[in-house]
Amino acid sequence: MDTKEILLQDVVIKFAGDSGDGMQLTGQQFTNNTAMLGIDLATFPDFPAEIRAPQGTVPGVSGFQVHFSSAKVYTPGDSCDVLVAMNAAALKVNLKGLKPAGKIIVNIDGFDAKNLRLANYPEGVHPLEDGSLDSYEVIKMDVTKMTREALKEFPELGMKEKDRAKNMFVLGFIYWMYNRTLDNTINFLTEKFGKKDVILQSNIKVLKAGYHYGDTTETFSARYKVAKAKLPPGKYRSIMGNQALSYGLVAASQKSGLPLFLGSYPITPASDILHDLSKYKTFGVRTFQAEDEIAAITSAIGASYGGSIGITTTSGPGMALKAEAMGLAVMMEIPLLIINVQRGGPSTGLPTKTEQSDLLQAYYGRNGECPMPVIASSTPSDCFSAVYEAVRIAVQHMTPVIFLSDGYIANGAEPWKFPTSADLPEIKVEFIQEKNSGDKFLPYLRDEKLVRPWAIPGTPDLENRVGGLEKQDVTGNVSYDADNHQHMVKTRQAKVDMIANYIPEQTLDSGPATGKVLVLGWGSTYGVIKSSVLELQAQGHAVSHAHLRYIRPFPMNLGEILRNFDTVLIPEINNGQLIKIIRDQYFVDAKGYNKIMGIPITKMELVDEIKKFI
Amino acid sequence: MSAILNGNPTLTSKDFATDQEVRWCPGCGDYSILAQVQKIMPLMGVPKEDIVIISGIGCSSRFPYYMNTYGMHSIHGRATAVASGLKATRPELSVWIVTGDGDSLSIGGNHTIHLLRRNLDVNIMLFNNQIYGLTKGQYSPTSEEHKITKSTPFGSIDHPFNPLALALGADATFIARSMDRDPKHLQAMLTRSHQHKGTSFLEIYQNCNIFNDGAFEIFTEKGSKLDEALFIEQGKPMVFGKNQNKGIKLDGFKPVVVELGDGVTHDDLWIHDETDFYKAQLLVRMFDDPRIVGHFPRPFGVFYQTQRACYEDVMEMQIQEAIALKGKGNLDKLLRGNEVWEIV
Ligand code: SF4
Repeated sequence: MDTKEILLQDVVIKFAGDSGDGMQLTGQQFTNNTAMLGIDLATFPDFPAEIRAPQGTVPGVSGFQVHFSSAKVYTPGDSCDVLVAMNAAALKVNLKGLKPAGKIIVNIDGFDAKNLRLANYPEGVHPLEDGSLDSYEVIKMDVTKMTREALKEFPELGMKEKDRAKNMFVLGFIYWMYNRTLDNTINFLTEKFGKKDVILQSNIKVLKAGYHYGDTTETFSARYKVAKAKLPPGKYRSIMGNQALSYGLVAASQKSGLPLFLGSYPITPASDILHDLSKYKTFGVRTFQAEDEIAAITSAIGASYGGSIGITTTSGPGMALKAEAMGLAVMMEIPLLIINVQRGGPSTGLPTKTEQSDLLQAYYGRNGECPMPVIASSTPSDCFSAVYEAVRIAVQHMTPVIFLSDGYIANGAEPWKFPTSADLPEIKVEFIQEKNSGDKFLPYLRDEKLVRPWAIPGTPDLENRVGGLEKQDVTGNVSYDADNHQHMVKTRQAKVDMIANYIPEQTLDSGPATGKVLVLGWGSTYGVIKSSVLELQAQGHAVSHAHLRYIRPFPMNLGEILRNFDTVLIPEINNGQLIKIIRDQYFVDAKGYNKIMGIPITKMELVDEIKKFI
Repeated sequence: MSAILNGNPTLTSKDFATDQEVRWCPGCGDYSILAQVQKIMPLMGVPKEDIVIISGIGCSSRFPYYMNTYGMHSIHGRATAVASGLKATRPELSVWIVTGDGDSLSIGGNHTIHLLRRNLDVNIMLFNNQIYGLTKGQYSPTSEEHKITKSTPFGSIDHPFNPLALALGADATFIARSMDRDPKHLQAMLTRSHQHKGTSFLEIYQNCNIFNDGAFEIFTEKGSKLDEALFIEQGKPMVFGKNQNKGIKLDGFKPVVVELGDGVTHDDLWIHDETDFYKAQLLVRMFDDPRIVGHFPRPFGVFYQTQRACYEDVMEMQIQEAIALKGKGNLDKLLRGNEVWEIV
């Protein structure tokens, strides 16, 4: 039987299985394969907090959603066209996210009595046999059996080891279904297992078996193809948020000539930045896995004091522990970068789920009057340039900076038109070399930006003492003087406020300059706001979108923009944080839309919400 | 005490003083420690600008303001962590940590032990006064049991730390004890700390004459010092007493106090060997409460010293090795990655 080829514009696939089934890797491989073809995409991995939650259970389900299209993609998709379910629990968890009449690819071996019981299906209920899936197209495969079959000639592998290659069978099959080649995955496997030939060969064998299964089985009459997207010309690669962050930091170090030091304590979902940066020794990067969050930031302060870019990476609970040290950096007026990859809170909260949880903590969460710039990234690739900016502000304005990303951005992937190093703006920094006031060195003598000089140990004649006690302005001596304290509090605030003069003005991402509704966002809601607003504009509505990168200080013209709209709507994945600050600073009666479920806002939800105001 | 310094003769202790008024209480032991540090620093041969003093919080932590070097008065308990970041990135600097018993053993206890195991080449000066001075007189993690303080009106029920045993347990590569009231000994110990490659842990008994006056008087004052303090020196028998008439003998694993004479000679005594890890375990445990009858004298001097690779050196080595193997990092290569496609 001939298979026909069907051209599609837009597909969302969800790979779901037990957390031991390798669904993240399968999803990532398919993503890279897709990206290499110039198809636009966005991904959303969704995995349990436990490394190995009880096998086969609902809490143990790990998922990876990828949305790819020949049109521009802004989100991983509200719901999926194809659901790959490796076991009963994966089906149970993800069925509600499948489009009507969607495809389900199931591994029937994952639907035996034990798996059904573990997934909490009532006794006697079998979703594959009771007709409950009749409105979907169900493709049943015994993946386990066929994987073992494919590995017959590998007697040196035990059953467990063989079964571990199951995901390669599924991946091979999906590659066949979407008309792909296997090259990138074979290259990946070779790099990963090159030294363990048996594992390498067995994985390739199963991958090919999956592919040929599609080819030789007569049941499948169609294959699908998604054409290249019309992206701006240039060279592209696929990038994940945490990876882009690491690259941005290395780039900032290279372009500023300042060595990079990372003090970090492992925490989900920020640890990958530590893993990544620890590889870049040839760039002179120093990573220090500290004994706790406090040592992580204070070691970074020590490094900054010595003339490096001191960085610490963390997530919400860790940032709480760093609060006092951030105050020290504010008082000492030295550069420092605190990167918070946010997750659901409070306390330990939802470690692997996303939330825009810590904007208020970033803004206010320290003792005393303690202003610090806050920068947020909006997409995985945006992390690169946003963190580059954060470093620039820290070193040029002698201030600690908080950088906010979140779990959704950190683990999401998208195509990235990467820059060359020559494209990147210079970051000019100078350490002071000589006394700055006759025969004296005054460590708190400020320039026109209110910035004090960066005097690093080892510089003759500039020996001076800094610390957390209030400083007399100009001399830097300890001072408990009443007027001086008032002056210093105001000065530290003014210094941060003045950064507004050194950042770009706010622009509208899309839509008219005046109109009914402005949807104002920050962080990872970028994609869903963008696609929702575009859809409403296409329907003829006067809706606009502005997305903030600079949250403290805000761009100079933000107030003006806000006042040009009847309604300012602020969607956030929290209980309303940016909205508090906007109301406070601009007296704008902004409206909030808040989803606090550990998952992103969907386009459908947001379109409905915006419609209420037009 | 064979520490010899022959550094930069153009500097004097005056060069290390600042114009800031010293604000410790009159009579505080900190004054003497400051004076001894200012005495040895000109002799170290390290340019003033290459010296950094980092402190935490507490009375002792005001120290950096009085030293005309680079200095940081950081936050409570974290000087050790700040110093780690600085030394890891600037190995050529001479980094000194000033801390107290509360700062380094209570709120900052965690960073202290981790610094010791990492063995960065920095010097810890732990001013132990067995009390919280700056917060006006609560018991500290080194205060003796049953101590009546503001926060323990019925007597402390905390068992105190033995700082040197703790340091040894954390695999410190240099541990020593000295006292504010013995300038010569303190200078020698500071010098040894400086000379040691690796983290040096120097506990200094410091009198807080306001909240814990006389805590160490039994070891430091003329009348009792000779009988109560045991000054240990490399290769020398452990002798003490008013007339140098007593000694420590090792009876198997058990130290015992013996009277010299009557057939007992120096040859029978424990000969101190700073490099003996096992005997160092016994020595740090000579830590009896001096109120107990039959207690041991308290040892002062270098208890233990060994060589182990320093964190910052291995860190630098890894970088150099990686560069030697693959060349300096190329930013364009990194940004491009392995899988690139072009849209025209
Ligand atoms: S309170 Fe005690 S330790 Fe503090 S300065 Fe006064 S005497 Fe010294």
